[in-house]
Amino acid sequence: MARSVTTQHKTIATIAAWIVALLIFFPILYTIITSFKSEQEAIQGFNLIPSGTFESYIEVQAQSGYFKFFLNSVLLSVGSTILALLVAIPAAWSMAFAPTKRTKDILMWMLSTKMMPAVAVLFPIYLIFRNLGLLDSRIGLMIMLMLINLPIVVWMLYTYFREIPGEILEAARMDGASLWNEIIYVLTPMAVPGIASTMLLNIILAWNEAFWTIRLTTTEAAPLTAFISSFSSPQGLFWAKLSAASTLAIAPILIMGWFSQKQLVRGLTFGAVK
Amino acid sequence: MKLRTLTLGLLSASALAFAAHAESITIATVNNGDMVRMQKLTEDFTKANPDIQLNWVTLEENVLRERVTTDIATKGGQYDVMTIGTYEVPIWAKQSWLLPLDKLGDDYDAKDIIPAIAGGLSVDGKLYAAPFYGESSFVMYRKDLMDKAGLKMPDAPTWDFIRQAADKMTDRANGVNGVCLRGKAGWGENMAFLTAMSNSFGARWFDENWKPQFDQPEWKKTLQFYVDLMKADGPEGASSNGFNENLALFQQGKCGMWIDATVAASFVSDPKNSTVADKVGYALAPDNGLGKRGNWLWAWSLAIPAGTQKADAAEKFVSWATSKHYAELVASKEGWANVPPGTRSSLYANAEYQKAAPFAKMTLDSINAADPTHPTVKPVPYVGVQFVAIPEFQGLGTTVGQLFSAALAGQSSVDDALKQAQDAATATMTEGGYTK
Repeated sequence: MARSVTTQHKTIATIAAWIVALLIFFPILYTIITSFKSEQEAIQGFNLIPSGTFESYIEVQAQSGYFKFFLNSVLLSVGSTILALLVAIPAAWSMAFAPTKRTKDILMWMLSTKMMPAVAVLFPIYLIFRNLGLLDSRIGLMIMLMLINLPIVVWMLYTYFREIPGEILEAARMDGASLWNEIIYVLTPMAVPGIASTMLLNIILAWNEAFWTIRLTTTEAAPLTAFISSFSSPQGLFWAKLSAASTLAIAPILIMGWFSQKQLVRGLTFGAVK
Repeated sequence: MKLRTLTLGLLSASALAFAAHAESITIATVNNGDMVRMQKLTEDFTKANPDIQLNWVTLEENVLRERVTTDIATKGGQYDVMTIGTYEVPIWAKQSWLLPLDKLGDDYDAKDIIPAIAGGLSVDGKLYAAPFYGESSFVMYRKDLMDKAGLKMPDAPTWDFIRQAADKMTDRANGVNGVCLRGKAGWGENMAFLTAMSNSFGARWFDENWKPQFDQPEWKKTLQFYVDLMKADGPEGASSNGFNENLALFQQGKCGMWIDATVAASFVSDPKNSTVADKVGYALAPDNGLGKRGNWLWAWSLAIPAGTQKADAAEKFVSWATSKHYAELVASKEGWANVPPGTRSSLYANAEYQKAAPFAKMTLDSINAADPTHPTVKPVPYVGVQFVAIPEFQGLGTTVGQLFSAALAGQSSVDDALKQAQDAATATMTEGGYTK
């Protein structure tokens, strides 16, 4: 028997959704509000109405140039995403269309690397980077971010590729398409929504990555995570400035997420109800 | 036309030659007012040293500590100058990770560095880091509340007086807590305060044979006094309060007394941010008549890692940033009150500084009252007033800090916290090979 959904149920569900959304978004909202307060106001306890001063933004910009960090964040997140896709698309293709007995195990093993605490491999990675001359280099960090996010990218692409009927690829092969042509001209266009959402998610993950981006950079390759970190102080008032730095750092990715939310949600829920 | 081309070519070539010749040094530092000010004033240095470029890396204290430790232990060579504290210097110098600072220049006047600070930054008589600013801890109190309570704060109070004053100043109805002290767990948070406090109660972390001493009556007296005092007169949720939280409370007029870093004096007396700026008095950290006060000693200092390829340029910078000239530069641009405190005796002899910083004398007296090489009443095998200068201390100090913070929050008893601290310290010292 089909379940009847009453207006009352819908209203309750909508209110519940709004409450949950507000709870999740509130820390970000309060950070933005705090960024428009003076340091004195910021420490005076809970207050949702700021005086509207821009002094923290001015001080933050004067203290450390935002744009250099911003540019590094863009280069690192986009660069690592492109690298990840270049590696993950062929990997996911082989797992989806030419699986072996061990494919599932390999997928699980890849995912298990995400369960390891990053700090456990800090010294070996640092030494490798030092010996290869990759410390504080954008290319080194792109490779690192690509490796960190690769399991998720492969998993997501594998899920999307599995939705594509193998017969279509077979037909392309019958028509004489080579392996590369098959991947580039047949598989990739069909999986564009999935690849796009994977790309967006990977950019967000790379943008927010703070452990390695702070520890493997000094001045040249430091992204916005290092920019935020420089405004925390054990002695002194810094809440408003830290909030301004955080707002500046999250604003680009927040705006990007807002405009691409349809693609993101579609990509993330793709195949969920199959 | 030809001449113009030639001139342009020559100019470009000389510019390229200069750029190739210019040496850049990378300085890792923390985000505090004095360090940020120094970054703004570096033009003075680069003008005098046009062949040296400065790159800054500013990080939160704990991240900075982890970053520079990783880099120096792996000889990563990412930094040419590091901002480190009195905790790191003796350990790193013994590991030969730091270069001795013996080329600071003829006019540097190293003998002017306050002896207690120089002692904390030297190993075997050699200076391994130059102090940028130094601090101790002292009592900051509300003169108006003290008058209201009918008491007069002595220059050198005892812990009993502090308890008596706190009891009288506490006015819960008006949101006034008699005393605000650190409670947030961490080796540099509550354990900095409690270790310094324990020195004045005759306690020590280890005996001469590195045997942990938390099972001794002196630690019981220390922790019991602290927990009782904070329960009776401290702010709500004190186990989460560190320097910044207590600073906010004091500035809002919610603390009668606050015992913390001397550097806080410039914040609480700043009328722009403090509602009680004109009502603050200062006194030495309390004692119990045992010969040691409950104050610490710390100096953020500039050191040069042994792995740097640019030692000469780095030492030139360190010399400039910690010189008398730099103090005068800050005074001329931003006033004497903003000169980094606690490093040079000459600053405290300066009448203009004394006038601009009413807490100057008490700061110097506090620094001089701390002796990092003899920090405790009974003898100890370690150096450090509010820490033990061994590599294991960061981890152990934080573990013990969590236990003591839990005792303050009422999650465990004082006896339980001390017993667990003794067990943790015993395990650490056995693992480290200090004891069998």
